[in-house]
Amino acid sequence: MDEALLRTLTPTVIGVLVRRGADFAAAEDAVQDGLVEALRVWPDAPPRDPRGWLVTVAWRKFLDAARADTSRRHREVRVEEEPPPGTGEMVDDTLQLYFLCAHPSLTPASAVALTLRAVGGLTTRQIAQAYLVPEATMAQRISRAKRTVSGVRFTQPGDVATVLRVLYLVFNEGYSGEVDLAAEAIRLTRQLAVRTHHEEVAGLLALMLLHHARRPARTGPDGTLVPLAEQDRGLWNTRLIAEGVDVLQAALARDRLGEFQAQAAIAALHADARTAAETDWVQIVEWYDELVRLTDSPVVRLNRAVAVGEADGARAGLAALAALDPALPRHTAVAAYLHERDGDPVTAARLYADAARSAPNLPERDHLTRQAARLNAQLRS
Amino acid sequence: MAKYLLLKHYRGAPASVNDVPMDQWTPEELTAHVQYMRDFAARLESTGEFVEHQPLSPEGTFVRSDGEGRPPVTDGPFAETKDLIAGWTVIDVDSYERALELAAELSAAPGAGGKPIHEWLELRPFLTPPPTITE
Repeated sequence: MDEALLRTLTPTVIGVLVRRGADFAAAEDAVQDGLVEALRVWPDAPPRDPRGWLVTVAWRKFLDAARADTSRRHREVRVEEEPPPGTGEMVDDTLQLYFLCAHPSLTPASAVALTLRAVGGLTTRQIAQAYLVPEATMAQRISRAKRTVSGVRFTQPGDVATVLRVLYLVFNEGYSGEVDLAAEAIRLTRQLAVRTHHEEVAGLLALMLLHHARRPARTGPDGTLVPLAEQDRGLWNTRLIAEGVDVLQAALARDRLGEFQAQAAIAALHADARTAAETDWVQIVEWYDELVRLTDSPVVRLNRAVAVGEADGARAGLAALAALDPALPRHTAVAAYLHERDGDPVTAARLYADAARSAPNLPERDHLTRQAARLNAQLRS
Repeated sequence: MAKYLLLKHYRGAPASVNDVPMDQWTPEELTAHVQYMRDFAARLESTGEFVEHQPLSPEGTFVRSDGEGRPPVTDGPFAETKDLIAGWTVIDVDSYERALELAAELSAAPGAGGKPIHEWLELRPFLTPPPTITE
């Protein structure tokens, strides 16, 4: 039994059922029943058209369940009114499912869980494991999400930006248990890119590919964080980088710049440098200027200050930093870095230690503590 | 088998014999320390004595239910740990505000006379692996 095939078929078939008028939760249940049937029948009699087979069986399961339901008459009337099962367009059905799972009425956590379940075809246990919560908790989260979207009907295309935000959240989780969420996010974004030609879908896909390409170099064998400048560039995945750059260039050529494309452009400039010293910081600052224009995000301004520090010297970076709210996350870490570059290790060491205390995650805290320790050891000798 | 919580303190515990703040160590000493902790956990796993470990951020917030409206929040008081830790509940929520809300709810558990206790609870975020995109 081809598990990967079943995982790809699941969202498509749910999509077909939803388009034919099935409630989302009912559609999913019916597809699950269909999959059980497939596991029983396929080993002996593999179907010529697995998707068609599954659509037929799942639709029959749905009708069975609908007839058994107390609101049976209602549903039968609705089923009567629906277009007859035919050659449903696969593209639209799955796309619709993406929009449903990223519906604005859902909280980000629920949208992510539902997307992984319905579009990704992951099991509840796998999702729970990836998010380090008990399976019962995740099951509740998913069924609540299903209830929330149960009445949603699609009369117009949903907002691509919402779908992209959900996929971006999945990618950023990045835990690697049984399911690598970063890889899963890339898989789903690829599927989305096939179905919709929105330039920001390509932008997000490029961004993910370029970041994913650097992953083997981002942590040392003992789990410590390796900053970009110190990464072993030989470990970067050149195939993914080349693909990311291709996807990005095609998107940029359409001249409809968005946030993800701009971020991907910055990632591409980093990926393009053979050594850290060869990085084209001047162009990176220009892309940050674009990003500031597009998002007006304080976090982007903070990153821009780092880039300015590289392009125009630490003093210029500190000047850019001075205009920003010191309460911003990672502000102290950036200040420490720029002060060290400016030749002030005493201030830098103090700031690194401060930054470590408020670090949002363990590898970052260890990294910042190590920076403080390094400078303090230098100062003693 | 009985379960125990081994609690590491940022402050409040009696001073260590070798009491040097971490940022005053050498990077090698830090690496050795982290490795020791990791080996310790691996050893416990191999003996079947490991349950879970979660690092906590040093920043805590005290939350108390105040009846209607928003829960009041304070940086203190930092009680002695043997008074402080009565148990822990781990929640997984969308936002800090939601965490405050739940903490306040828990704080309002009924006590004497069936009236809410309005006790102070400490809310401590877990430290996690970093997101995939950092720069």
